[in-house]
Amino acid sequence: MSRDEMTALQGERLHKTVETVYHNVPFYRHRMQELDLTPDDIRTVEDIVKLPFTTKQDLRDNYPTGLQSAAQSEIVRYHASSGTTGNPTVVGYTRRDLEIWKEVAARCLTAYGVTKDDVFSVGYGYGLFTGGLGVHYGVEYIGASAVPTSTGNTEKHLRLLRDLKVTGIACTPSYALYLAEAMDKYGMTRDDICLKVGAFGAEPWTENMRKEIEGRLGLQAYNIYGLSEIMGPGVSYECECKHGSHISEDHFYPEIIDPDTLQPLGAGKTGELVFTTLTKTGMPLLRYRTKDLTSLIDGECECGRTNVRMTRILGRSDDMLIIRGINVFPSQVESVILDMPEFEPVYMLVVDRVNNLDTLQVQVEVRKDFFCDEVGMMLQLRKRLADKLKSILSISADVKLMEPNSIPRSEGKSVRIHDKRKLY
Amino acid sequence: MTIKQISVFLENKSGRLNHVTKVLADAGINLDAFCIAETTDFGLLRLIVSDVDKAVEVLRKADVAVILTDVVCMECGNTPGSLAAILAALAERGIFIEYMYAFSQAETTAKVIIRPNDLKACTQVLSELELA
Repeated sequence: MSRDEMTALQGERLHKTVETVYHNVPFYRHRMQELDLTPDDIRTVEDIVKLPFTTKQDLRDNYPTGLQSAAQSEIVRYHASSGTTGNPTVVGYTRRDLEIWKEVAARCLTAYGVTKDDVFSVGYGYGLFTGGLGVHYGVEYIGASAVPTSTGNTEKHLRLLRDLKVTGIACTPSYALYLAEAMDKYGMTRDDICLKVGAFGAEPWTENMRKEIEGRLGLQAYNIYGLSEIMGPGVSYECECKHGSHISEDHFYPEIIDPDTLQPLGAGKTGELVFTTLTKTGMPLLRYRTKDLTSLIDGECECGRTNVRMTRILGRSDDMLIIRGINVFPSQVESVILDMPEFEPVYMLVVDRVNNLDTLQVQVEVRKDFFCDEVGMMLQLRKRLADKLKSILSISADVKLMEPNSIPRSEGKSVRIHDKRKLY
Repeated sequence: MTIKQISVFLENKSGRLNHVTKVLADAGINLDAFCIAETTDFGLLRLIVSDVDKAVEVLRKADVAVILTDVVCMECGNTPGSLAAILAALAERGIFIEYMYAFSQAETTAKVIIRPNDLKACTQVLSELELA
């Protein structure tokens, strides 16, 4: 498909999407009316800059299904991503959305060289998280054999990799390294497994991690990118050139904006990635701000694909942390701590990577006049906080009790995160 | 008798205990007895001091986490079996001891600090034994 054909297709689909949300989603109708816009004002992709942005907060404010465009009866599945201080974000998919998702996931796998002859282990979590099911249906769609290993049982995972002669795997890059390490423990070596390709994503990773994963598991490691608000895994993918991830831009229209001025930035400039869904019918989103910082690469790739590429994610324009593939907002931790009178309303998150697995330590100060004299009670207090954090964050955190005033306070926006991982 | 014990929260970090003792020393407060309960990442320092109110004031001012706990202080003979007899009496009445520590004052007596689960019952037993 030529660039002109792609642009024409995108414009057509954009117009249709805008028309749909204008008539079906009061939120978008009001936003557009405020800007004095009607669907007829949006005819080509150049017109997209006239449209309002959508943020994660908008999704939360309209919890659970306020931004849903399709009628309830048309929705065939829901996914939900982790909530911050309150509402999770819920995304409803129509049957058509799932068909498209399956197709874009299959495109990724095809780009990695996966065929019907492969046995493919899906090591992302199955459930509300889009990772597991998203990749799973792509694998089945191309006719490869899906092994829904999901997360959690490393020993069984390794055994199946060996015994089923699994050739492909999808999981977080840190879990891939963890698997490599665990092989030793279970008396396995690289020669016991025959992995050829790996699709890694859901958390930021580096070129060094790629080299390490490839070396230790003996496979080709490719990036896979996606986010549940837009679809799930499959929004973009690396090809054999490993030079940027190709965006399925016939379904997801990308823009790069300056996160402060919100003005569009040209090709090659680093800024916040924004997506508009072009074919989604369950919950189409206009100019959704991903908060991921990256840049776009125009022009034909050496592999021959002409769709635009995005570079590796360089960071976040908000304070969200991705820990073991799970989104963590400091505000979630804050809400738990503020709820417990035993602690000062000050905290510090220390994130690290130990043995290739992310760790989270939450440091809190005991209140000067509100702690308990008994060790058992203090340990219980620590456990109570750890349990609450686990239930809200979905990952476990190590709680460290600190003396009052030992966590540095700063004026204005305080630094509450110490990320020791060098990922960006 | 029932007295006020000062409990201090300490991080397991070198210099923290020193900090507390220095604050007290600067205020002219004497330590009559103390003990430390420790875990892998924090400790609880328990103190009996000459001037409780002043100690709490200077420690809080120095950003130290302090609370007051009621404990039982009793004298017991500094001889084999004295403590055993007292503990037997407490156990008989179902009084549970959260923690205790002791220091000998002279050759003839020792002071024992007890944090019981039931303060009232504990002092009752001890007064029957004419110890508290």
